[in-house]
Amino acid sequence: MEKSIKKYFPVFLLPALAAFVIVFLIPFLLGIFLSFTEFTTVDNAVFIGIKNYITAFTRDKNFLNALWFTTKFTFVSVITINVISFALALLLTRGIKGTKIFRTVFFMPNLIGGIVLGYIWNLLINAVLGVFGLDITYDASYGFWGLVFLMNWQLIGYMMVIYIAGIQNVPSELIEAAQIDGASKRSVLKNVIIPMVMPSVTICLFLTITNSFKLFDQNLALTGGAPAKQTAMLALDIYNTFYGRIGYQGVGQAKAVVFFIIVAVIAFIQLKITGQKEEEA
Amino acid sequence: MNSRKRLNHGISFVFLLFLSVVFLFPIYLVVLNSFKSKFNIVGSPFKFPNEDTFVGFENYINGIRMSDLIPSFLRTLIITVGSVLAIVIFTSMAAWFIVRVKSKFTKVVYYLFLFSMIVPFQMIMFSMVSVCSKLGLNSVLGIIPVYLGFGSGMSVFLFTGFIRGLPHEIEEAAMIDGCGPLRTFFTVVFPMLKPTSITVAILNAMWIWNDFLLPYLLLGTQNKTLSVAIQIATQGAYGSIDWGGFMAMLVLAIIPIVIFYLFCQKYIIKGVIDGAVKG
Repeated sequence: MEKSIKKYFPVFLLPALAAFVIVFLIPFLLGIFLSFTEFTTVDNAVFIGIKNYITAFTRDKNFLNALWFTTKFTFVSVITINVISFALALLLTRGIKGTKIFRTVFFMPNLIGGIVLGYIWNLLINAVLGVFGLDITYDASYGFWGLVFLMNWQLIGYMMVIYIAGIQNVPSELIEAAQIDGASKRSVLKNVIIPMVMPSVTICLFLTITNSFKLFDQNLALTGGAPAKQTAMLALDIYNTFYGRIGYQGVGQAKAVVFFIIVAVIAFIQLKITGQKEEEA
Repeated sequence: MNSRKRLNHGISFVFLLFLSVVFLFPIYLVVLNSFKSKFNIVGSPFKFPNEDTFVGFENYINGIRMSDLIPSFLRTLIITVGSVLAIVIFTSMAAWFIVRVKSKFTKVVYYLFLFSMIVPFQMIMFSMVSVCSKLGLNSVLGIIPVYLGFGSGMSVFLFTGFIRGLPHEIEEAAMIDGCGPLRTFFTVVFPMLKPTSITVAILNAMWIWNDFLLPYLLLGTQNKTLSVAIQIATQGAYGSIDWGGFMAMLVLAIIPIVIFYLFCQKYIIKGVIDGAVKG
C-alpha cells in the first residue's frame, strides 16, 4: 500500500509543501542571510557581517526599550490572565445558574480581530482619561496598562475555556474520596484539582506568553507606539525599523532574527517542561 | 442544597453578572457612539445619544462609503473561505501522505512544518513579501496559496496527530478492492477526519478573517481586507477623521463575527481547546 501511495507524492504532498517552501522556507533562509547584509530590496544585499546586530543593540535605543517593554508587559499579562481565568473556570464548574451564558460572554472578545480590539479599547481608555483631560498617548504607563487590560479582556475567556476542560477532566471520584477523608475545600483545590490540571496550566502559560510576546495588531491600533515609540513592543519596533527608516532594513532583519531566537527558546523550554510532565504522569 | 451553598451560589451569580457587564461594556460603548453625531463622540463618549446628538444610521452610511467597506468585506470573505478550503483539503492530504509513507524525507518535511509554528511573522515578513510579489501572489486569489503555506504548519500537525490514531485496515481493504489512493483518501479517509477538519477550519478561519499585517503588506490599500480598511481609516488627514463613521465600521466588523460565534459556538470552543491541547 505504501508504495502505491508514494507514487502519488505530486498529488498529496506537493501542493502544501510547495506553498510552504515558497512562502515560509525560502523567505526564512533568505531572512537569516539578509540579517548579515545591507539592503533596501532583496536584490541589492551587500554582506556586512554582524554590523546590523551591533547597531540593533547599541545605536538603536528603541530595540532594547521595546524588549524591556515587551518583557514587562508579558510578565504582568501572563500572571493576571492566568489567575483570573483559572478563578473563573473554578466558578463556572460549580453548577451556578447561567454558566453557559457567562462562558459565552467571557469567550467572545477572543474572536474579535486585534485591530478592531485595539480601537475599541482606544475609545474606552480615551473616554475615561478624557474626563481628566488626558489621552492614552500622554504617558507610556497609560499605554502599558491599556495593553494589559486589552490583553486580559481578549485572552481571559480563551484560557478559561481551557481550564474548564482541564477541571472537568478531574475524576469526580477523586474529589469525593478526598472530601470523605475530611479534606477541606482549600485542600481539595490545592492537593487534588491543581495537580490534576497542571497540563492545562502549562498550555495556558505557553499560549499567554507567546501571544503576549508576539503582540502586534493590538499594539499598533491602541497606541501605535506613542508617545515617542515608548510603548512599541518588539514586533512593532521591528516593523517600524523595516518600513519606517530608509536604509535600516538590515537592522530590522537582524532584530527579527533575535526576536525569533527568543521565541524559539521560550518554545523549547515549554517543550522540555511538557515532556517532563508527561514522563512523570 | 443547603442554605449556605445556596448563598454562595447567589453571591457568585451576582459577581459573574457584574463581570459580564464589564466584559460587554467596551462593545456597548462602541455601539452607543456609532449612533451619535461625529462631533459629540470625542467630547462626551459616555453620554447616551439625545435629540441633538442622535443621528440614526447616518454614521453607518458614511462608514460604508468612506472605506469601501462592502468590497473589503467581500474580499475578506473570498480570501478566508478560499484559504480555509485549500488548507483543509491540501494539508489533510499532506498529513495522510506523511503518516502512511514512512521515509526520511517525510520525517524531515514533518519536522519542518512543526518548526514553522514557532517562527514569528516578522522574521520572514520582508523576504516573503518580495518572493511572493515576484511570483504574482500579491492579489486577492494569489494570497490563498500564501495562506496555505503559512497555515500548513499547525494544520499538518493537527491532522497527522489524528491520522496516527486511525486504523489502516479500512484503507487497506478499500485499496485491495481496487480503489486508487485518491479515491481511497476522499471516500474512506477524509470523512473520518471530520472532527479535525472542523477544528482546522475554525482555527484558520479565525486567524485569516482577522489577519492584518499579511494582507496589508501583500495586497496594500488597493485590495484592502476588513482589518486593513479599519486600520487605514484612522490615517486620514490629521483631524479630519470621521469618528462617527469609524465607530459604525467597528460595529459592522464585529457583527458577522458575533453571528458566526453564536451559531457555531460549540464547534469554536471545541476547536480552540483541541488546537491548544495539541499545539
